[in-house]
Amino acid sequence: MLPDALNIAVLVSQGRHPVSGRARRAHQDACALELALCLPQALATNVRAIHAGDPGQEALRDYLGMGIDGLTVLSQTAEDDALAVLHPYLAEQRPDVLLTGVRAECGEGSGLLPYLLADRLDWPLVTGIAAIERIENGAASLLQALPRGQRRRVRVSLPFVASVESAAAEPRQVAFARARRGRITGLTPATEIDQARTEWTLSAARPRPKRLKVTTARTAADRLRQATAKAQGSTGQIIRDDPQAAAKAIYELLVEEGVLRNTQGTGRV
Amino acid sequence: MSDLNRRDPRLAWILRNRLHPRHGELSGQPTRGPTGLLRKNPRPQWQYGPSGVRRLDRLQRGAAAGVSRLSVNKRHEQPALPVHRVGEPQAYIAVWLQTSGGRLTPHCKDVLGQAQQLAVAREEPTAVLGVLCGELKDPVDGAGIDRLLQVNGEAYDGYQPEAWTTLCTQVDAALQPLCWLLPDSGTSAELGRRLGVNLGERPATGVWKIDADTVLARNGAGNLDISRPRSRVMLLLEECALPCGEFRYEVRPMTLTLTAPTGTRLEDLGPVAVDPAEIPLAEAEFILAAGNGVRDWPQFHRAASVLGASEGASRVAVDDGFMPRNRQVGATGTWVSARVYIAVGISGAVQHLQGISKCEQVIAINRDADCDMVKRANLTAIGDSGDILAALLQLVATRATREVSDAA
Ligand SMILES: Cc1cc2nc3c(=O)[nH]c(=O)nc-3n(C[C@H](O)[C@H](O)[C@H](O)COP(=O)(O)OP(=O)(O)OC[C@H]3O[C@@H](n4cnc5c(N)ncnc54)[C@H](O)[C@@H]3O)c2cc1C
Repeated sequence: MLPDALNIAVLVSQGRHPVSGRARRAHQDACALELALCLPQALATNVRAIHAGDPGQEALRDYLGMGIDGLTVLSQTAEDDALAVLHPYLAEQRPDVLLTGVRAECGEGSGLLPYLLADRLDWPLVTGIAAIERIENGAASLLQALPRGQRRRVRVSLPFVASVESAAAEPRQVAFARARRGRITGLTPATEIDQARTEWTLSAARPRPKRLKVTTARTAADRLRQATAKAQGSTGQIIRDDPQAAAKAIYELLVEEGVLRNTQGTGRV
Repeated sequence: MSDLNRRDPRLAWILRNRLHPRHGELSGQPTRGPTGLLRKNPRPQWQYGPSGVRRLDRLQRGAAAGVSRLSVNKRHEQPALPVHRVGEPQAYIAVWLQTSGGRLTPHCKDVLGQAQQLAVAREEPTAVLGVLCGELKDPVDGAGIDRLLQVNGEAYDGYQPEAWTTLCTQVDAALQPLCWLLPDSGTSAELGRRLGVNLGERPATGVWKIDADTVLARNGAGNLDISRPRSRVMLLLEECALPCGEFRYEVRPMTLTLTAPTGTRLEDLGPVAVDPAEIPLAEAEFILAAGNGVRDWPQFHRAASVLGASEGASRVAVDDGFMPRNRQVGATGTWVSARVYIAVGISGAVQHLQGISKCEQVIAINRDADCDMVKRANLTAIGDSGDILAALLQLVATRATREVSDAA
């Protein structure tokens, strides 16, 4: 490994449009590729995309259209275990950073692959990142995406595995000509069938039963009150024609709810 | 006057006779004044019915027979639920307790409900073991935890997925729980996957129904249901089962000798201040929204940045060109889920109220005390929006400087 060149491997897969169901690049994988491509030039990054599956999938060309030189496909069928081909390949290639999406858009989509790879390679794993802030002196500072648009900074030393959340920067457009021109390198490693999967039965998702309102009332009067109660309580407190008092009340409510940053310090989640 | 209080046979007779017209006013009242003089209450004893109607309750169903008082008491005191006891548990079902602000999340309560269902269905006594890092603010005896393993320590504070995984692995080795149930959201989703990999079990993710030996799980994209055998580590979706509600549970503390987790490879550098303008409106936690009643727009933007709120707008403010279209809240804009929503000069048209139906705390600033936003709001300030925002800005500024001087 050259000390100045940073090898980044991105695991990509075929996605599925949530509405039309058409094959496309998977959004989180594209975000991961975008993150890798946007790292500063000074790092002299060498970005490679890897896919385990059928090399003939048209949607894989979308990744080539994002501006990478080539895509390595480890051939296997949909029933095979991706870990069995990816782990030996990555252990041999030894990239410095391995990026994946949080979960796949086709198949089980359990999001386990980054965990398994991190465990097998014995690298640290950072889940759901939104940005790579800095990579220097063999350590990276990453921003993890939290609910409600919040971010957490995590530091980890190279090499590491990180899964990229959809909250990361939108991936760039696909250039059609580059997508046509790009090279897909097929490798045929020894595959292994995913045994556990053979016991499963898959079916189209059924609508989940809606939870009925649970009534815990024991007497008829309580049941009547619960059935007729208005969902929202009555009007709250009203302060009239007194800006100072109104401002004070609003301020106190904001502090009580803990949404004012400068008064709360750093609230932990 | 003799200081002997004599019993008045006539009064006693009235008190016994519920149909006597003066029964109500004489029964239950102190009938003797401080000097021992008998006092009469000249006013009729009004009772207020359940709908607020005033009634003259001549039968005194309440006081004499004690009927209505009893029912009032009944209504107010929560019936004490029976306690569910597990004497000598032969097996455990472990649940990771996901908390938010020191309280169990609703998702975690659903998971505990599922765990209790599994525990009760077994023949030998099985206890639900709650594993918790941190503190709890509220009592949790209704949530369905039989045994509680609470771990505190610096190594587990903050975001420490590796330390939590080590902890769970040690618990697993010590108690050999039948299965691990975790909510499939947030950090506990991450922990469940790490734990599964660590234990060498393939976790079942997105599980929403547990049958006798199979489980139904939703795939990642949400378009397939997978029927698969049970796994030892299961990550459950929200509303997988009803939360417990029929019993109180022991929540008996447990202790295990645990070795402290060794050096973690992830260093948590804490939350990052995010520019509120960059948070998508639908996700923002705190929104300051402007409507047609805002006159001083620079002041409004200043207020949003000082309070650290994301900016929202009503349709009129957007149509008039004061705010960008992507900030519009409501039926044709964004459905927001903010915890705190301040509506400045917004009248509260239905199209707008629909968009804020998920908000918890709504504060209205408006000149008109009869508008619909005031009816929705938890706190209303009536007055000119400019004045109130100015007062609020000033207040925040003075508090901030005071805090700085306190800290210094
Ligand atoms: C098909 C359709 C879809 C729509 N979708 C949306 C939508 O998605 N979102 C949306 O917001 N609207 C929507 N609307 C428009 C909606 O019906 C209302 O017209 C709009 O919400 C009103 O905006 P407003 O409350 O800001 O203005 P107004 O109704 O004009 O209310 C202004 C309020 O400010 C108060 N005020 C005035 N001056 C001051 C002052 N100096 N200080 C304090 N208060 C003052 C007034 O008392 C009044 O209550 C939709 C309408 C239609 C027909």
